Amino acid sequence: MLEIRNLYASINGKEILKGINLTIKDGEVHALMGQNGAGKSTLSNIIVGHPAYEVTQGSITFNGKDLLSMSPEERAHEGIFLSFQQPVEIPGVSMNNFMRAALNAKRKAQGLEPIPATEFLKLMRERRKIVELDNKLANRSVNEGFSGGEKKRNEIFQMAMLEPTFAILDETDSGLDVDALRIVAEGFNKLRKPETSALVITHYQRLLDYLKPDIIHVLIGGQIVHTGGPEVATMIEEAGFDQFIQEA
Amino acid sequence: MEEKNNGMDIVREIADKKYEYGFTTDVHTDIIEKGLNEDVVRLISEKKGEPEWLLEFRLKAFRYWQTLKEPTWGHLNMPPIDYQDISYYADPTAQKKSNSSGEIDPELMKTFDKLGIPLEERLALSGMAVDAVMDSVSVKTTFRERLKEKGIIFCSITEAVHEHPDLVRQYLGSVVPYRDNFFAALNSAVFSDGSFVYIPKGVHCPMELSTYFRINARGTGQFERTLIVADDDSYVSYLEGCTAPMRDENQLHAAIVEIVVMERAEVKYSTVQNWYPGDKDGKGGVLNLVTKRGHLRGANSRLSWTQVETGSAITWKYPSCVLSGDGSQAEFYSVALTNNHQQADTGTKMIHLGKDTKSTIISKGISAGRSQNTYRGLVKVGKHADGARNYSSCDSLLLGSQCGAHTFPYMDVQNPTAVVEHEATTSKISEDQLFYCNQRGIPLEDAVGLIVNGYAKDVLNKLPMEFAVEAQKLLGVSLEGAVG
Repeated sequence: MLEIRNLYASINGKEILKGINLTIKDGEVHALMGQNGAGKSTLSNIIVGHPAYEVTQGSITFNGKDLLSMSPEERAHEGIFLSFQQPVEIPGVSMNNFMRAALNAKRKAQGLEPIPATEFLKLMRERRKIVELDNKLANRSVNEGFSGGEKKRNEIFQMAMLEPTFAILDETDSGLDVDALRIVAEGFNKLRKPETSALVITHYQRLLDYLKPDIIHVLIGGQIVHTGGPEVATMIEEAGFDQFIQEA
Repeated sequence: MEEKNNGMDIVREIADKKYEYGFTTDVHTDIIEKGLNEDVVRLISEKKGEPEWLLEFRLKAFRYWQTLKEPTWGHLNMPPIDYQDISYYADPTAQKKSNSSGEIDPELMKTFDKLGIPLEERLALSGMAVDAVMDSVSVKTTFRERLKEKGIIFCSITEAVHEHPDLVRQYLGSVVPYRDNFFAALNSAVFSDGSFVYIPKGVHCPMELSTYFRINARGTGQFERTLIVADDDSYVSYLEGCTAPMRDENQLHAAIVEIVVMERAEVKYSTVQNWYPGDKDGKGGVLNLVTKRGHLRGANSRLSWTQVETGSAITWKYPSCVLSGDGSQAEFYSVALTNNHQQADTGTKMIHLGKDTKSTIISKGISAGRSQNTYRGLVKVGKHADGARNYSSCDSLLLGSQCGAHTFPYMDVQNPTAVVEHEATTSKISEDQLFYCNQRGIPLEDAVGLIVNGYAKDVLNKLPMEFAVEAQKLLGVSLEGAVG
């Protein structure tokens, strides 16, 4: 599904990623762990095409297509979704209008007609329940006045609406209390299908206990220094990231 | 960076935005010679077969205008206007009058069809009567008969002068006297056509009334005059739309709108102004210099101005309210969008004279390109206006770094019991907001439209439904090419 080859990238001239190789197959959930500044968010931003980052070398293909030549919205239409670490507020734009614009943009790219109003509202109702958001959601402005937990639930809600084939969760667990973490994680698990895959970025084991990733990568200094199974999360929990620095 | 550049290229490609209404109509038009003097004023009056009192009104206004200098206090860079190089009367219906069949030239019908304003009643939007004005003349007013059954008068001001001279004489110039300002004096001297509305006592007007103004002829100015009188306990919602062809030279539009609201009556006046804004280098475009004022004469009367201003090279106007009647309430809702080299200096005046009067001002300015966008507003509370209240909220949204937003609020409060509040914000559309939309699959142009419409929502919600949809589209189109 996603194949990253020898990726180098920088922001404002500063090199952050130094030769990333990563392959995620259909149906797999990978976790990416690492300290602040290791390049985790840089990698996720590059996959979704954030304009501030510059790829200096390497390639990313998604289902065989060259991802780096696509605009951010084209990547979204291909089925890539990012749950933002800090979702931005858009005052005055209701979730209803926002989601309809997003869904219809995708349908347009697929050559489909806009979604009928009743069908859309039904979908909104169904999907918000997955993350236990109430019926006021539809008329609230995008993320405006949302608590930290609500913002993260709203990200997973949008994922439920857009049904991506590949989702990135960028520190979706940060700032969540135990209950909100459970809601978000269970919501994510409900949305999983045999063919969909994900990349989960986190510092902690907590979220991974719920999501049960197949493979865990450790990112240090812009390079993946260790790759293993679920046991890696436990190793980090017990002995921190230092053990891998020696390895690097 | 590569991705950013791609995004900006897409924006640049659509930067040369198309003005959808820029076509011209090829129709025989009777245009009087350029220039302005007493003979021209007399000629206009004569062409319209006006009574003596109206000619006198025009001549007084003209003589007064001659003593005035064009004002310069606006936050505007006005091109010089040569008032002798403008034709003050252009009649595209002249042929119809000469063949006396009374039928409208099919070219004119086609023009209004193209503008989405069908003049055949069977094709018209349900629930909306239209007075269609091209250049100096009203082409047709629909649904007149149906409105007449309720005693409502809706016709061109030219016809009203003949058919209802007493009403016109009583109210014309009573809200905006010809001595009001330079452009009001000019309009009073040479005004051509516009609409007249009278809603009798106790009548709730069953349909939206609307006037569509179209400038077509080259080298002419449009000087329309609208007069709306809502008698006791009546209600009317009135809409105004405007477009003009793309021309290299500036065209002058100097209108007057007067509204009289009697006891417990309510008037809603909505404008979607989309005059040709000039090209992306600032060449051409309409100079929109308008005096609009409502007089809330009766107790507990209500008036609201809602305007969406996206067109014109220069917009300079302050739809205002004089709240004389005790307990009267006035509202002003405005979205003014400027792009490229457009300039706007607009806002309102709320003059509180009666007791317990209340006014609300919601203004949303949006500036893009190299445009300059100014909100200017006056809240005045007179000595006797006990318990007067005003709430003003003025927001500015900037797109890009080469445009300007300015706010000049004036307050003059002479009564100690008055409560006057003013809030102002300035914000920018952030890269993060745009990227968030992009990541959800929403392309850049649509994202800008979405965010701007969200920002203007409080005002757009005040427009009648059909207009609101139109205005939303207009905001999106007017901003094409504004981000990058």
